[in-house]
Amino acid sequence: MTHTPPFRLPKGGRLIDRAFQIPFRFDGRHLRGLTGDTLASALLANGQMLMGRSFKYHRPRGPVASGVEEPNALLGLGQGGRFEPNQRATTTPLVHGMITRSQNCWPSLDADVGAVNNWLSPVFPAGFYYKTFIHPRPFWKHLFEPIIRRSAGLGRAPTDPDPDRYEQAYDFADTVVVGGGIAGLTAARDAAQAGQRVLVLEQEGLWGGRTPVDHEGGQAVIDALLSDLRGRSNVTLRRNTMATGLYDHGYLIAREALADHDPNQGIPRQRLWRIRAGRVIAATGALERPLAFACNDVPGVMLASAVRDFITNHGVAPGQRIVVVTNNDDAYRTALTALAAGLDVPAILDARPVADGDLPRAARAAGITVLNDAGIAKVKGHRHVEGVALCVQSGEGKVMDGIDCDVVAMSGGWSPVVHLYSHCGGKLAWDEEQAMFRPDPDRPPLGADGTGNVTAIGAANGDLRCAGDLERDEGATMPVWVMPARAPYKLRAKMWLDFQNDVKVTDVELAAREGYASVEHTKRYTTLGMATDQGKLSNINGLAVLSNALNQPIHATGTTTFRPPYTPLTLATIAAEAKGDAFQPLRKTPMHSWHEAHGASFEPVGQWRRPYAYPRAGEDRHAAVNREILAVRKGVGTLDASTLGKILVKGPDAGRFLDMLYTNMMSTLPVGKCRYGLMCNENGFLMDDGVVARLADDTWLCHTTTGGADRIHGHMEDWLQCEWWDWQVYTANLTEQFAQIAVAGPQARTLLERLGGSIDLSAGALPFMTWAEGDIAGIPARIFRISFSGELSYEIAVPANRGLELWERLHDAGRDLGITPYGTEAMHVMRAEKGFIMIGDETDGTIIPQDLGLDWAISKKKADYIGKRAQRRTHMTDGKRWKLVGLESLDGRVLPDGAYAVAEGVNANGQRKVQGRVTSSYHSPTLGRPIAMGLVQHGPARMGQVLEFPMPSGEVMKARITDPVFYDKEGSRLNG
Amino acid sequence: MAEALATIARRTELGMITIRADLSRAGDALAEAAGLAIPDRTGIVTDGSRNLGWMSPDELLLLLPVTEVDATLEDLQQALTGEHGLVVDMSDARAVFDVTGPHAADVIAKLAPVDSGALPDEHLRRTRLAQTAAAIWRTPGGFRVIGFRSTADYLALVLTNAAIPGSQLAPR
Repeated sequence: MTHTPPFRLPKGGRLIDRAFQIPFRFDGRHLRGLTGDTLASALLANGQMLMGRSFKYHRPRGPVASGVEEPNALLGLGQGGRFEPNQRATTTPLVHGMITRSQNCWPSLDADVGAVNNWLSPVFPAGFYYKTFIHPRPFWKHLFEPIIRRSAGLGRAPTDPDPDRYEQAYDFADTVVVGGGIAGLTAARDAAQAGQRVLVLEQEGLWGGRTPVDHEGGQAVIDALLSDLRGRSNVTLRRNTMATGLYDHGYLIAREALADHDPNQGIPRQRLWRIRAGRVIAATGALERPLAFACNDVPGVMLASAVRDFITNHGVAPGQRIVVVTNNDDAYRTALTALAAGLDVPAILDARPVADGDLPRAARAAGITVLNDAGIAKVKGHRHVEGVALCVQSGEGKVMDGIDCDVVAMSGGWSPVVHLYSHCGGKLAWDEEQAMFRPDPDRPPLGADGTGNVTAIGAANGDLRCAGDLERDEGATMPVWVMPARAPYKLRAKMWLDFQNDVKVTDVELAAREGYASVEHTKRYTTLGMATDQGKLSNINGLAVLSNALNQPIHATGTTTFRPPYTPLTLATIAAEAKGDAFQPLRKTPMHSWHEAHGASFEPVGQWRRPYAYPRAGEDRHAAVNREILAVRKGVGTLDASTLGKILVKGPDAGRFLDMLYTNMMSTLPVGKCRYGLMCNENGFLMDDGVVARLADDTWLCHTTTGGADRIHGHMEDWLQCEWWDWQVYTANLTEQFAQIAVAGPQARTLLERLGGSIDLSAGALPFMTWAEGDIAGIPARIFRISFSGELSYEIAVPANRGLELWERLHDAGRDLGITPYGTEAMHVMRAEKGFIMIGDETDGTIIPQDLGLDWAISKKKADYIGKRAQRRTHMTDGKRWKLVGLESLDGRVLPDGAYAVAEGVNANGQRKVQGRVTSSYHSPTLGRPIAMGLVQHGPARMGQVLEFPMPSGEVMKARITDPVFYDKEGSRLNG
Repeated sequence: MAEALATIARRTELGMITIRADLSRAGDALAEAAGLAIPDRTGIVTDGSRNLGWMSPDELLLLLPVTEVDATLEDLQQALTGEHGLVVDMSDARAVFDVTGPHAADVIAKLAPVDSGALPDEHLRRTRLAQTAAAIWRTPGGFRVIGFRSTADYLALVLTNAAIPGSQLAPR
């Protein structure tokens, strides 16, 4: 028979408001739905049963379900940045002006060229791709994989940025009830009565679950429960909130839809809840299972519960003549509902030999024909159900009769939604009597205290008749995994298990024959349950078929793993506020705004942004760096050094503590002086360096690298709190308290003296490696006479709030001296010109100070320091280690950073042996030639030798081993 | 347009002093110098002008008008005479925000993994706001937030974003 209107029933539909029509578009057509419709019900009300194409064979697909389990009715929703693929029509509320389009079809849903795959389906069995594309081997990477990847995926990913806002929020509760049906609400009331803080999450916009649809008087019971709960201050009821996953220690993630229906409200579209739950009550209900009969994928074959949902909730008739096929009593409700709505129910085909419960009796009393031991041999129709061929369930599919119909409402029983129970390790048990996997109460997921922290209740626990007094007596469900029971191959090859991925009974059987005994392997081989619905409908039927093929009981096969999220989460929801300017904290120094205003080109240093250089108009970064270096070498420049770590260490044992932390001696440093120090980890490897200043008898200030500020402070506290807890030392991280400005260059002293202040900056009063305290330009300051550039240099620390003021005063006063702000790259080049090492360039976590020729900074007198013992191990002292040298490129080109110097021969892997590598490499504007540092085996003993550095192009660059100090070896420039 | 969930206001007139000492030995003297009782573990006490917060078993944070910092530093150092301790000015190292308004708690709940039910008055919580470290406590009409100075712009941004009108956490 044909599919004929009217599709919207003249009355009924508990969720719709017939007064308000909603226009929307589907594949360019202008359609109308009603307030309260889902996209699926609105499409059905317009006679649009065909909503998509299956993935592999492009077969026509209509909705099977009415909720989150829907595998077929997936649409592309919205436009531009708001386009979203694979949106379930069954759970998407209809919105005014919604623009929707079908997927996986070309040129159109009705005339899809890809459907040619369907005719070829006999040559596309399970494992087709694996078997076909394995030879010839090189073709996979270059030919097959790119083509297969291009055709993979059902919907298209959006290409524009998502314009919507998302957020996260934290919540805490003694008990979180997931599921706002009758079981969940009842449990919430009980927990609330016990005084607990209760949070109830419901995935849909309405409370009650199936109860208002399935039971007369159900809504009143739900309303009474809700009214009770709303009166309790310790209960929070949150709807449109999907609990997507449960993680360790009761950490529950849920997604609340706030403005999915109206993105223009200006509020966050979705909110990700991060909930710490004392215990979780999973009242997540159950999902109806399809039946596997031939051509059960033709549009119009739907779950029995979905058929009655569309009728009861939306006043939509999926068809005019509905055949019900079932193995349980519950599906009879659909027949009775359809009949009451004025639709034809020509027959109920019950696979069971006998059906005499309340509901079958009511159906017979209403005049519906009930056939027992009956099944469907085959569905007629291609793009829509036209009828069914009947057979005996216990037989081989011999056609007994035919019935014209436009909808088949099928029910293969119900499977508890055990996902939440399983996410964190809860185990399932096979309930033979009810033919379902249900939570095993003896093996729940465990909370922090080692006891179970998830309790499944109601249908989620296998209690399918959990509505109390509303329930009617029902007969037992009979397991039916294949219909008819002894169906021949020809029929089994047309029985769909996974509607989206086109996995049929014969595919699973083939996998079993080919040795896939594990359900996890079978899943991956056949792709059963791997579609966007994650097998909500197909898993149990699939593993039952597999068990049968393997000739073993279902519990021996087991289930695949239930992993979060229960339904897909968008990446935007997970990222939440962390996008755009808030993607990461961007740390700014007190002078950051000045750098921005003066055109700084920034580079990330941890979460800081530091000026790399300050290019002027017409200048690239490289030219800016060269100009800045020459300005410092010839005049004076300023560097924002505020990011360097500044850790105060104080106490009677502070000297002893620092002697342990640094390789050199800090306890003997006189007050007023500075010393460069190296810090190693327990394995002897260099981890940080910096200048230490002794502020007072019991107080030192330790400068660290930018990246070391927090890490080294943590390292200090670790040793103090865990190892040397009885030493009297306190530390404080002052990094952000001070702005620090390096003023470097032959004119540095001249400039600083212009600012005036109480500190005598003369060479005699403030020699190299000393510090003084006072004020400069009226700002309290500590001035350190230290140099990382090799020039006359001061580092001035002032309270952070006054950093910008000092910086601007310096630039005002130094204009005629050509004062130049310089960035990190100029700093790097200048230190390399001087042969100073940089943590992270010359070190990589495997370098000891001795490798870098820093033996002078390692105390021979100290009994111990962290790393000392490790540095005595044979591998550290055997003379074969690569050591620091300078490298002079022979042809005037800059060596690539990281390039390897090769040695004779090959290693066990057939790779060329190496004898060194470049650790720092720059063009030196000061010297007008390239400079580089590197680590080379026996390097210091090989001065003048030439090393070869093969390039990826095949070319070989050459460099001569030199002293690593390229500039001002005698250090005379330190004094200006 | 509806109102923002809360007013986010940067405070710049607050000074801060970090104190580290053995509180069981030096507590009384420090309390006298600070003008406030030593807070209990995880506590923060106030006299309306100053706050003294518990940061760790041997660390306190004194918040006070910035004009009083220098004199108080001296008083505190005096109080620690003969004791092993550390007193240091941290006034410039931090950024301070007041989050006030009827839904201030919602703003905090969006950013900090803190159970506001377990954060009564006079409790100081060291935590994070979104991706950066912060400490929070209740003030009349809302919360005070302190974080690192370098992340002030980030803190202001995430606080303001979390407070956008219409985004309260109450179930809808």
